[in-house]
Amino acid sequence: MMHAPKAWMWGLLLVSSLLLGLGCGVGSQGWEAAVPPWNTAVSQQILWDIRVPRNVGAWIGGALLGLSGAVAQGLFRNPLADPYLLGSSSGASLGLSLYLIAWGGSAISDASLGRLGLTGAAFLGAVLAVVMTLLLSRGLQQSLRLLLAGVVVGVVLGALSTLVALTDPTIWQTMQGFMLGSVVMIDQAACTLLGAVLLVCLILASAWSRVLDALYLGEDTARSLGMPLTSARWGLVAVMSLATGSAVAQMGLIAFIGLAAPHAIRSTVRATHAWLLILSALMGGVLLLASDILARLLWAPEELPVGVITSVLGGGYLLWRLQRSPQGVA
Amino acid sequence: MLSLPAFIPAWRRLWCSALWVGAWWVLTLPVQASVTVRDDGGREITLSQPAQRIVSLLPSLTETVCILGGCSRLVGVDRYSNWPASVQSFPRMGGGIDPNIEAIVAARPDVVLLAGSTRGADRLALSQLLGLPANEGLRVWRDIESTWIASAASVPKMMQGLRVYFEVSSIPYGAGPHSFIGETLTQLGLVNIISADMGPYPKINPEFVVRAQPDIIMLSDSPRSSLTQRPGWSAMQAVQKNRICVFNQADSEMLARAGPRLAEAAKRVAECLQRLARESR
Repeated sequence: MMHAPKAWMWGLLLVSSLLLGLGCGVGSQGWEAAVPPWNTAVSQQILWDIRVPRNVGAWIGGALLGLSGAVAQGLFRNPLADPYLLGSSSGASLGLSLYLIAWGGSAISDASLGRLGLTGAAFLGAVLAVVMTLLLSRGLQQSLRLLLAGVVVGVVLGALSTLVALTDPTIWQTMQGFMLGSVVMIDQAACTLLGAVLLVCLILASAWSRVLDALYLGEDTARSLGMPLTSARWGLVAVMSLATGSAVAQMGLIAFIGLAAPHAIRSTVRATHAWLLILSALMGGVLLLASDILARLLWAPEELPVGVITSVLGGGYLLWRLQRSPQGVA
Repeated sequence: MLSLPAFIPAWRRLWCSALWVGAWWVLTLPVQASVTVRDDGGREITLSQPAQRIVSLLPSLTETVCILGGCSRLVGVDRYSNWPASVQSFPRMGGGIDPNIEAIVAARPDVVLLAGSTRGADRLALSQLLGLPANEGLRVWRDIESTWIASAASVPKMMQGLRVYFEVSSIPYGAGPHSFIGETLTQLGLVNIISADMGPYPKINPEFVVRAQPDIIMLSDSPRSSLTQRPGWSAMQAVQKNRICVFNQADSEMLARAGPRLAEAAKRVAECLQRLARESR
């Protein structure tokens, strides 16, 4: 069943705007758009400083993961590749745990450094992990070598961050919050940052999208078509780590969005990567925003960790695919 | 004001409930029992003499043993026990969830203290176990009680009935009225913004706190980011007027443990309330 990519784009944009509207009406008490009084100063502040940035941030963060996943799946020609493939998630956890051990006990006074430092440490960890993977794989020539190096770096850095966290039980809760992912504390500044990163990554990835199309036919074919494989690979890996690193630093490790969003698009829309990348980003935004709305709504005024919802939705989706095609997920 | 009848059940439930004696470690020595206690599992434990080698697997129980003067009889503690300072050099035997059985057996304890059911054992059982005079437990308890009453009485009048948000962790998790921390706050005359039906430590939407506009914010986790930097939180009166109590790690542990330092913890909260009252004048 094929659908026109353009129709998908408009459809996803429509769903996104509907969800954004819906999300702005879901607060700590559940659905409350109609609850007066919305003109008080506190209500205004809740709406504009907390709820709108949170919804927009969730959407952009999801879009970054979706885009990153689409790049990963195209680059490695593997439908089960995800943004965390090159070890960035474990690198981010290690950066975070090291930071918490070093400066976690700081009081309110120097906390301005604290916040920048926390996301900064996670981002730095994610990028360093990817660099380490690239060093171990001695470049990007062999995809399999790269994948293996990514797995090794991921496992080792993950173990290290657990080890670091073990030395100080007080950071466990923060680490656990990071592992489950959260869009709770996204503010306007974070939204702006994530938005800028998304724009840059979309433009760069689109510029190399024809290489991804060629890679789909195999590395040799791509090379014989005269594609600038080496430079494109480096560029796409950079896009992938920038998108993943920024998303992880702001939101923690949100599961399954980067895998399920591009997978769903690939299996329903037959189009070139120029379209697949954009649609995967839109799909990622829709999935994460919808998950966050559910996380807020289901148990209000308590919240579920958004990572739990994305895992259930993502796992459910893959299971459904598995059931539908007896040959396996492709 | 503090009313004792309401306060004792909480105390009994939380501190004393944690007594569970692993009978299979008791040395099979000649009869002539001198100590018999019943643990929360309902088993009767008989020791031929007061316990000389004790393993404690819960910080509050370690503290209780030490405040009863039994610190020197501890041969092992769990990895979270850190008060008094002397226990930090004791052999570590895992945690409450993952005790190191091999190390515990190797330490040949007369008795192992660990968390168990929620029904209360006699709070004097531990002092009996240590072979202390019958009223020793009661004496310690009275000390705690008098500190508690003094702390509750020292809370300024203008602070009574104010609404408080206690943040356990910046994820954020709050402390509800049915948590041990929440019970302490209620006893000191504060009103929790979290309702009882949300459970002891709910994960909450930050909007909930902004909407509730607490008069006082208390943080047990030193914040990873300033409260004013959290989106929308600068709108809160408590943040604007800096009516915030931050408890350091040691005080936070004391607040969260249902042990013999509960009155000391209440005192810290009362001291902060006094400071806030002075500042608001």
